Amino acid sequence: MNKIIRTSLAGLLSSTLITGAAIAAGTHPQTGEALADDQTFTYRVLDEHSSVDPQVVEDTDGADIVRDLFEGLMNQDENGNLVPGVATGFTVNDAKDVYTFTLRDDAKWSNGDPVTAGDFVYAWKRAVNPELSSPYAWFMELMSIENAAAIIAGEKPVDELGVKAIDDKTLEVRLSAPLPYFPQMTTHSTTFPAPQKVIEEFGDAWTKPENIVSNGAYVLTEHLPQERSVRERNEMYWDNDNTILDKVVALVINDENVALTRYLAGELDRTDIPAGQYPRMKQEHPDEAISYPRLCNYYYTFNLSDSGPEAFKNPNVRQALSLAVDRAIITEKVMAGGQPEAYTFAPEATAGFTTPEVEMTSMSQPERDELAKELLAEAGYGPDNPLSFELVYNTSEAHKKVAVAVSQMWKQKLGVQVELANMEWKVFLEERGNQNFDLARGAWCGDYNEASTFLDLLQSDSGYNDGKYNNARVDELLAEAKTSDDAAPLYTEVERIIAQEAPVIPVYHYAGVFMIDSDLGNWPVNNVEQNWYSKNLYKLAE
Amino acid sequence: MLAYSLRRLLVAIPTILLLIVACFFLMHFAPGGPFTSERPLPPQVLANIEARYGLDQPLWKQLWDYLYNIVVHFDFGPSFKFKDRDVNDIIAQGFPISLTYGSLSFLVATAVGVSLGIAAAIKHNSWIDYFAVGLGIAAQALPNFIMGPILILTFTLWLGWLPGGGWNGGQWQYLIMPVIALATSYMGSIARITRSSMLEVLNSNFIRTARAKGLPTRTVIWRHALKPTLLPVVSYLGPVFVYVLTGSVFVDIYFSTGGLGQAYVGSALSRDYAVLLGVTILYGALTVVVNLLTDLAYAWFDPKIRY
Repeated sequence: MNKIIRTSLAGLLSSTLITGAAIAAGTHPQTGEALADDQTFTYRVLDEHSSVDPQVVEDTDGADIVRDLFEGLMNQDENGNLVPGVATGFTVNDAKDVYTFTLRDDAKWSNGDPVTAGDFVYAWKRAVNPELSSPYAWFMELMSIENAAAIIAGEKPVDELGVKAIDDKTLEVRLSAPLPYFPQMTTHSTTFPAPQKVIEEFGDAWTKPENIVSNGAYVLTEHLPQERSVRERNEMYWDNDNTILDKVVALVINDENVALTRYLAGELDRTDIPAGQYPRMKQEHPDEAISYPRLCNYYYTFNLSDSGPEAFKNPNVRQALSLAVDRAIITEKVMAGGQPEAYTFAPEATAGFTTPEVEMTSMSQPERDELAKELLAEAGYGPDNPLSFELVYNTSEAHKKVAVAVSQMWKQKLGVQVELANMEWKVFLEERGNQNFDLARGAWCGDYNEASTFLDLLQSDSGYNDGKYNNARVDELLAEAKTSDDAAPLYTEVERIIAQEAPVIPVYHYAGVFMIDSDLGNWPVNNVEQNWYSKNLYKLAE
Repeated sequence: MLAYSLRRLLVAIPTILLLIVACFFLMHFAPGGPFTSERPLPPQVLANIEARYGLDQPLWKQLWDYLYNIVVHFDFGPSFKFKDRDVNDIIAQGFPISLTYGSLSFLVATAVGVSLGIAAAIKHNSWIDYFAVGLGIAAQALPNFIMGPILILTFTLWLGWLPGGGWNGGQWQYLIMPVIALATSYMGSIARITRSSMLEVLNSNFIRTARAKGLPTRTVIWRHALKPTLLPVVSYLGPVFVYVLTGSVFVDIYFSTGGLGQAYVGSALSRDYAVLLGVTILYGALTVVVNLLTDLAYAWFDPKIRY
């Protein structure tokens, strides 16, 4: 017997009925707030996006645009919860390895064609096709779709991917292993549908504004590389009546200080606050400066491979260094943007994750320093035999500030000699990936809202495990978590082991630190993945 | 002169070829590649991508294919970073922008710089001279990465007169700040060179002769002093012209103009090999052509020079 999970649509439907009239009258249908006449949202992006092709895009700024242009099976609401997208709901078999999605009847492409299950099948096969060689092909593998790995490796034909259109409105997905959080992963841009006819007609140029056909709430109307991209309301979108913003403009502004100046001059509705400037902005513009937790961590990783320093093979040394890092100083004085202090690898904000009570959190900083000194002395390091190593980070003002602060803490408290070295990004990645370092900066943003997206980095054979940490028990727990109904205790256990063995030093968890115009309604501060949808935003009348 | 020009252009071909080869190997020897990322691609995906762009071939073969495509198809290759654009697209989009604000800056810097320099030399040791010299030194001390933020703070945030950035098809409001930012320091240098050159010329024998036969000052300056004065200025202007088109990465960053400077630096950082090479070739060719034009201009300014 199939277990049926269906997301209720009743609330959404009833609200649709009253909306049309309300927007015309200039008030928000649910909240009753007065709306501005000009519903244009303008925001800053750091750099030119890589692509707006859902199966190709690889940067977050690009994914933000793609999330507006295309709609996948499921969406997220303001709090990051799953809500229907093109699919109205799904069923899953008992073994949790076959998911069946039901697509809504009124979903259309911007050229009026209906969105069918076949569009998803085409897109998903495209994502794993070696011919496209998508930089996000690994995501399909991560979703455990049957044969995905073999197809990417070129060992099986693309047609054998475990995805099938039973009819135009029913999509069946077969997984190679049961995956409880599979539906969450369908909010990722790689899984969005793609218009086969258009792609075959225009090739790589299909994403240009004059060619593109999309199925989301917006269509791409203008793209001036390195300058701006504009997306406007898609009249064909099934929920167009509930979309309030008419136009969204993304301006490329490389320099964050210039961007902040332009925000203050009223040219932008949203921009990033440069590191260290949050307190001043909060004081001068209390309604606009906001900070909220994000699903990213910032850490230092020890090189535990053979090429790493002998000293780091001793867990007491690693533990001592971790203890002596005063996280409060880093978050309050250096970054000063409301970042949470980190004592675990996965951020506290991760869904379904309970941060374990690690020993360190119950100690005061002087107590930690005391213990750190003891541990280091036990390991045989002291004034006569000082510990010394190199700390590498990728070139950036903010990373430098953190590294300087941390190395000073180690020097003053433990007499440790740290040499700082910065490297240009690509060089840094290459050196870290080849274990040519002692201690290196690392950071990771979750690909989906589940602790495994972080903890998998510490699995012994993970390609991202640059420190080459290897613990059989951790591997076992992580493998078990993949198929477990309740993985939370397993993750807590992993974090406890990490806290004891200290293969990494978690420093802080990222915060989104932004200036957001107080006229902009409904910015999803509680969505830790920062998956925002322009269709849910609106501009208030001033 | 035609034979001379042709000879110079022929010599340019091996020069540019050498430039391509040097750049190609330097680029490939830099650690990291276009597809190095924080999330290392699984080996098979990486292999697929590299095969797609021919990066799995030996280096000499890649270089050969690259040169072959340029010569036969005038195709400078795809961008590894921006999948829906190739190098020709990127140059076609960015170069006209750099060219527009670059040449405007060049004109402004030259016109203002030369006028200031001449005025200062003619009114030597007067308040005009002191003012012009002071302005020149101040301008020289203000490189574009200092001017950029100052201009934006002043005209966008405090006065609210001009948009803080963007291009908008090159509308004049969007041009003012980039042009001033880029022109300022060059203008300062041009003013100083013009002034000292003019002072030297005004003290020379043929000017004394011109004055002695009773020519009015205006004629002396315009007919006799100006051309020789400009000779050292022109030799400075040649490289400056290439600089204002190539050295505009700060303008692109501060004013989001979308010019080629930012694309160039970005391509180096992201190891977007074909874009990096394509823009290098463009700048190399531009340097060769501008140097030739400068040399030809000498002949016009100084009758003693013959080709």
